[in-house]
Formats: sequence, structure tokens, C-alpha cells
Amino acid sequence: MKPPPFDYHAPRDLGEALAVLAGAGAGGKVLAGGQSLIPLMNMRLAAPAHLVDINRLTGLATIEADAGGVRVGALARHAAVERSADAARAQPLLRSALRQVAHPVIRNRGTVVGSLVHADPAAELPAVLAVLGGSVRLARHGGGQRDVPAGEFFTGPLESALRPGELAVSAFFPALPPRAGTAFREVARRHGDYAMAGAAAVVVLDEDLRIVSARVACVSAGPVPVTIDVSQVCDRRPAASADWAAVAAAVRDRVDPEADIHATADYRRHLTGVLAGRALRAAAREAAGDGRDAGEAGEPSDG
Amino acid sequence: MTTRLFGEPVQRREDRRLITGQGLFLDDLGRDALAAAFVRSPHAHARVRDIDVSAALDVDGLVAIYTWEDLPERVRDPLPLLIPHPALTHGRTAYPLARDVVRHVGEPVVMVVARDRYLAEDAAALIEVDYEILKPVVGIEEAALGSHLVHDDVPGNVGAHLVQEVPSRAGLGAGRAIDAAPHTLAFRLDIERSASTPLEGRGVYARWDADDRSLRVYSSTQTSTSVRMAIAAKLGLPLPSVEVVAPDVGGGFGVKIVHPWPEEVLVPWAAMLLGREVKWAEDRREHFISSAHERGQVQHVRVGFDDEGHVLGLDVTILHDHGAYTPYGIIVPIITATQLLGPYRIGAYRVEFSSIYTNTVQVTPYRGAGRPQAVFCMERTMDRIAAHLGLDRAQVRAANFIQPDEFPYDQGMVFQDGRPLIYDSGDYPESLRMLKEMIGWDGFPAMKAEAAARGRRLGIGLGCYVEGTGVGPYEGGHVQVTSDGRVHVSTGLTSQGQGHETVFAQIAATELGVPLEKVSVVTGDTRRFGYAVGTFASRAAVMSGNAIALACRKVREKALRIAADALEADPRDLEIEDGLVRVVGNPEASVPLATVAVLSNPLRYAFDEEAARATQFSGATPMDRPPVPEGEEPGLEGRDYYSPVRSTFASGMHAAIVETDPDTAEIRILRYAVVHDCGRLINPMIVEGQIHGGVAQGVGGALYERMVYDGHGQLLNASFMDFLMPYATEVPAIETAHLETPSPLNPLGIKGAGEAGVIPVSAVIASAIEDAEGLPIDRMPISPAELYELRRAAGR
Repeated sequence: MKPPPFDYHAPRDLGEALAVLAGAGAGGKVLAGGQSLIPLMNMRLAAPAHLVDINRLTGLATIEADAGGVRVGALARHAAVERSADAARAQPLLRSALRQVAHPVIRNRGTVVGSLVHADPAAELPAVLAVLGGSVRLARHGGGQRDVPAGEFFTGPLESALRPGELAVSAFFPALPPRAGTAFREVARRHGDYAMAGAAAVVVLDEDLRIVSARVACVSAGPVPVTIDVSQVCDRRPAASADWAAVAAAVRDRVDPEADIHATADYRRHLTGVLAGRALRAAAREAAGDGRDAGEAGEPSDG
Repeated sequence: MTTRLFGEPVQRREDRRLITGQGLFLDDLGRDALAAAFVRSPHAHARVRDIDVSAALDVDGLVAIYTWEDLPERVRDPLPLLIPHPALTHGRTAYPLARDVVRHVGEPVVMVVARDRYLAEDAAALIEVDYEILKPVVGIEEAALGSHLVHDDVPGNVGAHLVQEVPSRAGLGAGRAIDAAPHTLAFRLDIERSASTPLEGRGVYARWDADDRSLRVYSSTQTSTSVRMAIAAKLGLPLPSVEVVAPDVGGGFGVKIVHPWPEEVLVPWAAMLLGREVKWAEDRREHFISSAHERGQVQHVRVGFDDEGHVLGLDVTILHDHGAYTPYGIIVPIITATQLLGPYRIGAYRVEFSSIYTNTVQVTPYRGAGRPQAVFCMERTMDRIAAHLGLDRAQVRAANFIQPDEFPYDQGMVFQDGRPLIYDSGDYPESLRMLKEMIGWDGFPAMKAEAAARGRRLGIGLGCYVEGTGVGPYEGGHVQVTSDGRVHVSTGLTSQGQGHETVFAQIAATELGVPLEKVSVVTGDTRRFGYAVGTFASRAAVMSGNAIALACRKVREKALRIAADALEADPRDLEIEDGLVRVVGNPEASVPLATVAVLSNPLRYAFDEEAARATQFSGATPMDRPPVPEGEEPGLEGRDYYSPVRSTFASGMHAAIVETDPDTAEIRILRYAVVHDCGRLINPMIVEGQIHGGVAQGVGGALYERMVYDGHGQLLNASFMDFLMPYATEVPAIETAHLETPSPLNPLGIKGAGEAGVIPVSAVIASAIEDAEGLPIDRMPISPAELYELRRAAGR
């Protein structure tokens, strides 16, 4: 479990990093937190010819929050975003999802943008970006820069729209409209493991506190985060009288997860429905002003 | 301060070193040594047609590449079959490097030595092995069909077949006793594979001294003395020229008792050949696919019982998966077969096992060593009887208990040490009473109903076991008091984190009447003690603990004799307290143990003031007898051995309350209670630590850990990402209570505790989930997905 040989680059500024990446082409790989890349290299499952370490680009360790949303720089660690009060105010779903990402030691090192670029459909942050309709900003040598919306960014398991030579410099998580709530629910085999199933939910109410929009992005439910709009099933009812069982069933019917050694496909589908229902109900409660979602404690059975 | 340290919860003396990073583990040694890496088979079953190393020869830093063809006589022979048994008619062991056929993914084929491990792996990746792929045999039942063979010369893939029968007192065999019983049940149980998975893998580091023609080997092993003998024999070296040291070892749990591993032979051999230090430290993937697993069994049970739940006859047929090779014999299924009886008096018993070859990693003991499977079988049986009769599960167990006045109790079988299975002592009714009180057994139905009213689903379960501990043949202890008053204790068996430095020091301090700080303990170093068996089978405290106590008693006797001369007193009037030998009732008349040590060694040369007291003109010895009297030896030291007539039998009972989520099928352990009886406690804190660690591994076996092989014999979860060892977050708080029924078999009255915690956990958790769900649980481990599928199959 030692990596094969590679060239190590430690650029000192963004321009140099982009130049190195441009030169490396398809053989280049960016090292930020390294929480997925280094184990893959040690297992010799990934063998980039050029490792471009961006940890000296401290200008990318930014978290900018305003009324419009949160822009997270490429070097902002999970832990920093999780602890940022400004980020939590602007987009509370970030914090509730980040608390489910692996373990504190991994969150101290791993980065939000790195997780998005890794594009693991079992990870939390791609689902968050997807359900919020956020985007990823990609830069390349020569000054070009493009924003790719979440819906186009995730193209397959561990595959994204990032092209050789590009660096993901930031990601943008839009803020919520008024009378909106969010929640994140997942079930993993062990605390901090990749989830067998999970759901990031956003619910928006009208002035009479009836549900006008209800969306989830499901984790581990397909090759990319599976975003499902269940606004119609919610039928403009108030949160308290919505048919959450029907909502869960609607989500269940629209995902087609695969089996793996930890869960059968049927169980995963069932679990996705249960967790989507729970997340949406919690998000609706939060939207109705019943306080910030406190997690699963005392959650009633849907059974 | 008091020197009555036996029985006190003394803090572990090794912890400061270990938790502040001061420990020296195998890979902390030999920084400049060459590194070895291995090309391992990617196939479960294949013939090696050709090995092409040419591409690897260009790697900068490459030192050597070895295949089986390169190995000399003895080194190239198959590894030893460590524990032969008449029933093991077709025992087979691997070659250190594959000679012809590879029989599991991970079997070593080529050894590479290079300047460092990175380069060794680079070279290994460039070696091309041409394999002819053979049909892999995977899964116990598939293998038992015998339609494809793991070894051409082992028909039916059956390595061993053994039947043991204990007729009823009326002379009835189990079959007839079951047929004649008022009630009978028959069912099948499955237990999956897990493994020891110590956090530190295996590792070997060898230094050849060409001038001295001697070899020092460090190995992360559970038996340095036996590794030493194996290496000396394989390399043709005189035994005194080989030293083996077990440094700090980051866990063993059974896998490191197997020896010599291929690497334990090849690394020292390469070091001799190259005249260079060579080291190999196993990585995690290697550990998963190249060391050893355990647990996998299929059991078919038939039981007959009366209206009160008394078991009148029990017939168990076991298919045991021992993987590709049998270096450790059939110890695991023998233990399952014999320990299955637990704390119970069974009418008639018949047990039959077939130990089966498969193209998977070999199976050798892992903490519990066949007992978790045995207890799962018996305790599931007890629960089935209770369910069938509509009786309380604890009541059915109590009806079958051996009673306290029935010891010694002969179960009529042959145990794993080849000796009769006779329980020495125990008090099972009292254990059950304590357990029921601790977990609130009688009040649970009300708690369950109340939770159900709030939509929550709870269940309670229990499990009982008896564990044969402290198997022979022997261990020894050496104790030396030096002229500075320090006490140096050594024993040959090794330590993997159990706390031996603490408990053996407690024993020595108590026996010799010295402060704990004066005592130091060395284990697993053949330079200090050459005769030993090893650390396994919950035997260290019983075996080395008693040997050290006996050695201390020799030292104490000698010290009193010498001090009596110096004090002109009768040895019977002397005591040792706080390192001072004194006349009872006359504190003025005393001599420090340090001075006694000086006097014990008559000297010609004084190298310091203390030593001057023992020189020839000091008048220390009378002129009318030799300085060293006949029958005496110089020095204040003693060596003794403990060799028991048979094993001691510890016991315990566990109970758990679990909650299952009606929607997600998640399983959560709300409470876990343990009553444990290992005879007299040397250190209750360490015993509790052992229990906690054992329960944690038991939780792994019950809810998380399995070795997922596909039909090609590929291990799909050979990493800590997918092999789910529980974290602290998955292990419940563990409530413990101790019962002490001393063993009459040894001077200290102790029994083993190392494996106890792990043994009944799968049985207990299965019992509790069954109670919560009302569905029969007959295979472990169980995951939320499996519970969901069980519910669906039952139409829920």
C-alpha cells in the first residue's frame, strides 16, 4: 500500500497552479485535503503522473456568505465551513450535512470543493449542491473561468464535468427563499461511514404556510445525486396534514439504487423513501417556524 | 505503602508508554533495513505456469527477487502442521512461496527485497506471473459437495472428520434420547467469517551478525520462543545462535499465534543470505488476504427436551470452513464441539464435525476460538426450547445448569488440550441471579410494552458460556533481585497489550513484599527466558502468573534464609514488607532485600560499597563452610514453572436490551450487562478492560463484520472501509459485575479472562433481536438490510 512514482508540484499561487495543471493535462490530479485521493493512490487504484498540491494557495481557503448564499473556496476545510456561523445562517443545510461527513479528523483536513469534485454519489455534499441548485466554478490557465450548475456537474460515479487542466476554485450554495426549511437524514452502517441511503431536503411554504415546493436529493440512490421534486404530492397542504407516507412512496418509486455488500437494492430503495419522508417532514417543520431542525432525536415512526 | 497489590485495580504501567507514542512496534525498528514486499496471487485457485521478473530488474534500488525455485532445502519445504490430530487425516500446509498451485487470493508467490518498501512494491508490480486458472471452491456447503477439489489428493475437500458422543446416564445415545423426548426441534444455524484484525499487522525484522554468526529476529508474534525454534530448524542454525524478540505488539487476538508465517522464515533467510538487515511490515490489504480468518460454520441441530425444558438429547452436526490450509490443525472446531455444552448438564450429546477445505484464507483461532459459534448454537437452542414451551428464557437455562455442589463436573469429553473436559469450579445460578438483577430482566416486559405504546420496538436477550482457559503444557517465570533492591521478572510468553507488565508485577510485588515501582517485567524475549508456549487461550495470567508466583516463593525462601543468618533469627520469624526483611514484632531487627541480594553472591572483587559487604575479608560468610553452601547457587534469583493437570473453566453470562427501528431496520444496543467469573481477580480494572474489548469485538461479529467472498474467491471487502470493525460509536457502554469462584487447580486460584467478552455476544444480540421482532434469528451477523429482508419474507 505505497503509491507508484509521481511528480509532485507545490505551486505558490493560482496562476502557477493553473499553468502546472495545464501542462500536466490528463495526467494531473489536484491534492487538496487528500482524504480520498491518498488512499486511492496507496492502494494503487489511482496513479496520477502529476500531483498538484494546492495547499499553499491560502487565498482559496475562503467562506463568503451573504444574503444570496455561500461561496466556498477550494481550500476551505469541511470543519471550517461546518463551524462558520455566517455560512449556517445563509444556508443551514450545509452545516447539517457536514456533520454527517465522516469523522472530525477527516473533516479537519478534507475540503468541501474536493468532495464535490470527487463526485461520489454516496457522499453528502454533492446531494446538498444538487438539491439547492448550486454550482461549481472551474478555472483554467489563460484566464478562462466557467460556472457549471449542479445538474450538469455530476456526470457519473466519481465523474464530473471538470476537464483536464481545470481547477475547481469554488462552489456556490444559494441561500433559501423566505419560509423555507432544510433537513438532512442518512443511515450509514457505522457512524461516519458512507451512507447506505440519505436525503437532503428543501421545503418552501407560501404565506398561509402551505407547501409550495418540496425537493430532495438522494444519496447512494444512483450514479449521481438523484434530485426529486415531490411538490405535487404535497398538494399545497400545510406541513401538519401532508401525506408523508405518500411522499415517501413517491420518492421510493422514483429511485433505482444498486445493491452492494452492505445493502440490497430493495432495502436501499425502501430506506431512501423513509429518509426522504423524514427529511422533508423535518424541513417543512423548520419552514413553518417550529425552530431549526434538531436532527433525528425523538423522530416519530413513519411505520 | 502497602505491598498487598494482588486484587487491586492498579493502573496499567504500560499505558504511559503506549498512549504517548513511546511504544516500539515492529515497524518502529530497523529504520535502515532493506524492505521486503510480496507478489501475491490475484486468483483463488490457479497453477503457476511461469514467472517473468525481467521488467522488475530495472527498478532502481532493487536488491533481490526470490521465487520458490530459489529457496534452499528446508526453507523451501511446506510450513509445519503445528497441531496434528488423529482426526486430521488430510492436513495440508502451504509452501512459503507458491511452488505450483495457489489456493487462495493473497498466497505469496514472489518475494522482492529493495532499498525501501515503495521501490519493493514498484518492482513487485512489474513481475508477470502467468497463471492457469483453476475452478475455485468457495462456500462451505459448495466445498462439502466435493465436486471440485482444493487439493487434488484430498477427496471431498474433507480435512478432518470427528465424532464425539456422550451417552446419557441411562446409557442412551443422543439420537435415541432425542427420539424418546416429549418435545423435539430441528433447525439450522449459520455463522459467517470474521478475523482477528489487530490494528498492527504482522511483521518481521531480521539482523544477521556475520562475525558472530548469530541471528536476531524481531517478530510481531504471540510466541517468540516457538518462532525461534522454527527459524533455527528452517535455517539450520544452532538454537543458541538465534534470538527472537516480540517488541510492543499492537494486538494479536489469535492470528499471531500461528507460526512460522512464510515471512518469518523468508525474511531471516534473506537477511542471512544478503548480509543485510531486512524488514517486512504487513499492510492492511495483505493482512486481510494473507493471514487468517475464523468463525465460518454451518450447524445442524436436533434437540429433545421435556416439559420443563431439560435437554434430554442434543445432536449437532457442524460444517467448519478451515480455508485453504490447516497449519493450526483443527483446534477451532474441537473447541466448538466441546465448549458447546456451556454451563449445562445435557442428557445425551453427540457432536460431529467435518472440517472442509475452501479456496479462501486459512482459518486459525481468533479470540474466542470456536466458542462464539458453540455458544450461538447452544443459546439459540435454549431460546428455541423456551419459545416452544412458552417458558421464560432464563428459566429454561436455570433448569439445565450444573449446580455449585456438582464440581468438579466431568462433561465426559476430550478438550482441546487432549485432557478430560472437567470443570473445576463455578456458580452458575448465582451468575444468572446477578445478571437478571443488573439488566432488570423481570421488569423488562413492562418496559417493552411501554416503549411499544410510543412506537418503539425493544427486545432483551441473554447468553451463558463456559470457557476453558489456561491450557498447558506449561509456562515459566524467572525472578531476580539485584543488589540495588530491584526485582527483575521475566517470562517467555509474549504481550499484545493485555497489561502483563502490570499484573505480573502485582503478583511479584505481593509475593516478595516489595513496592510495585521496584519490579520490572520482560515478556516475549528469548534472551531473557527461552522456555515458553505462547499467549493464547486466555492463558497468560493462569500460566505465567502462577509460574512467577512460584518463582517468587523460591526467591522469598532464599531471602529469608540468608536474612535469618544475618539477623541471627529463625527464618520462620521473618517477614518482608516494603522491601525490608524483618523480625516479626521487632522492627529494629531488619535488613533490606538489596543487602540480602548482596550477601547472596559472595565476591572477590568490590566494585562499589554495597559489593564490598560480600567480599572475602568482610566476614560475611562463616569460615567453617564454603562461601556458596552445598545445594545453593550464588545470587538471589529463582526460576520455576507451572504445568497444570488440566484447564481451568471460567464462565460468564451477558444480557442486552436492543432497539430496532420499525422503518429503517437499524439495530441499536441500548444496554449491555456482563457477569463474569474468572476466579480470583489479580486486577479488576484490567479484567474489565479485557471484557470491554471482547464485547466490542463481539458486537463486531454480531452486527458488522463479515468476509464477503464472491464466487471467484475474491474477498470484496479487504479494507477497513468495507470490513466494518465497530468504532467506539457502535459499542455500547458495558456494565460489568464480577463473581469470584477460585480455581482449586492453581496456587493463585485464578482463571483466564482474555477471550471472555467476545464469546456470547452474537448469541445475546440474536436473542434480543428475536425478542424485539418476533422473527427467528438463525444467522449472524445481521445487518439492517438483512433484518429488512427477514421482515419482508415474513410479510411485514
